[in-house]
Amino acid sequence: MKLVDRRRFLLRTGQFGLAAAALSSRAARAQSAFDLGLPGGNGARTLTKAGEFGQKSEGLILQRTRAPLLETPMSVFDETIFTPNDKFYVRWHWADIPDQIDADKFRLTVRGHTDKTLSLSLKDLMALPQFEIAAVNQCSGNSRGFFAPRVPGGEWGNGAMGNAKWTGVKLKDVLDRAGVKPGALNVRFNGLDQPTSPDGPDFMKSLAIDHARDGEVMIAYAMNGKPLPLLNGFPLRLVVPGWFATYWVKMLSDIEVLDHADENFWMKTAYLIPDRPFANMKPGETGVPMVPIGKMLPRSFVTNIPAASKIATSAPVKARGIAFGGDCGVKEVSFSTDDGKSWQTAKLGKDEGTYGFRRWEADFTLPERGAHTIKVRCTNTKGEVQPDEANWNGSGYMRNVIEATPVEAV
Amino acid sequence: MKKLAPALALLAFGSIAAIAAEAPKSVKIDLSNPGPYFTGEGADLVNENCTACHSAEMVLSQPPLAKATWQSEVTKMMKVYKASVDEKDIPAIVEYLNKVRGSGS
Repeated sequence: MKLVDRRRFLLRTGQFGLAAAALSSRAARAQSAFDLGLPGGNGARTLTKAGEFGQKSEGLILQRTRAPLLETPMSVFDETIFTPNDKFYVRWHWADIPDQIDADKFRLTVRGHTDKTLSLSLKDLMALPQFEIAAVNQCSGNSRGFFAPRVPGGEWGNGAMGNAKWTGVKLKDVLDRAGVKPGALNVRFNGLDQPTSPDGPDFMKSLAIDHARDGEVMIAYAMNGKPLPLLNGFPLRLVVPGWFATYWVKMLSDIEVLDHADENFWMKTAYLIPDRPFANMKPGETGVPMVPIGKMLPRSFVTNIPAASKIATSAPVKARGIAFGGDCGVKEVSFSTDDGKSWQTAKLGKDEGTYGFRRWEADFTLPERGAHTIKVRCTNTKGEVQPDEANWNGSGYMRNVIEATPVEAV
Repeated sequence: MKKLAPALALLAFGSIAAIAAEAPKSVKIDLSNPGPYFTGEGADLVNENCTACHSAEMVLSQPPLAKATWQSEVTKMMKVYKASVDEKDIPAIVEYLNKVRGSGS
């Protein structure tokens, strides 16, 4: 039986949700290639093999071997709200990444505009009050491959994101132990990865001091209850709930409190977005004021109905997916089977945390044969709604357009 | 005594938190796979100049890009990321990139 035929059969049995998830993960295991379906083509990618990237699983979408860029297939988000560590996407700027970490010798330095310099072992950190939060980690350039016109960069589909329960310590608690001096403006974070060109800019990111001390920004030593995979930043990673992953510095080894603006390349020149709603501009437009990227916007996805699925006419079907609010919670998820002309309110799953993925479900039938477009739309608790029109900027950042899935009723 | 205070504070918390989490163990993985290289006519020069930092997928996964965009990508790699590329090799590198992932414009 061909994949499509089986899918149609499963739809008729009314077991679409669970069965389709099992089918897609089985299919992913059997396949060695995957097509992201990017506009203009060239979306074909190979899938990772077991053991190819340390603790990462087989079946991830291989965007680049070195420095590693691995994407999580959408089917993974259908299986669970918390993205398994071995399937969590991977993104590194520089290829000089330590391939081993000695847990006893590792130290996190806290220094700069502070009363004292700290050198903390993992045991020191684990002895501080423990803090845990669920939060989505999403690459600034997630979904870049769908930009029209296309832009250069990591040509991601929608899987440069993941949701995890992060366990560790509040950054505030660590900064308080170092004693932040009056006049501190920013806190800069650096990890153990190094440039592969002699004078290349070391990857570092900064947060404003008040943000760094907000009691939610944290240093994680565990992800979903386990130590982080090396490629997700073992042993320590900064977690900035609600903000894009560029700030979530991996293999965090150095924290520097600054009494001045951070002029480093990764803050001043890279990761800039148009200072406009949805980071939107026109291709070719010049003189657009630019600011560092920051908070995320609401997004939502259908996870159990791939594009071009054939659905039995007049049969009840359950659509399912994930949503997140950005830098706040999910207020509502709406679902449409007529390309957004009419909407129904989806049923929301358990709230596992303001900044995490939220499951949604909607029942529908397609009464007429032919092409239909399914859409899903998230409104966050601040009232921000996903836009009808896709944004555009030259770096391919911050896509959050309402997702459209073409299907055929047969 | 002043120096001891933070250490004592850490110890005090330690007795509580030790139950909740186990210390991470040392980890080693194999990151030696260099990934694919560029192939075909003109590939040697591109491999020499580009693959010290990244494997060939970075280019091969791109959409078709205008030659001017490839030119600016090479310039960015040199100016911003400090790739050591000999000025005289730039045209041949851009030519190769435009050949494998050019848009014809």
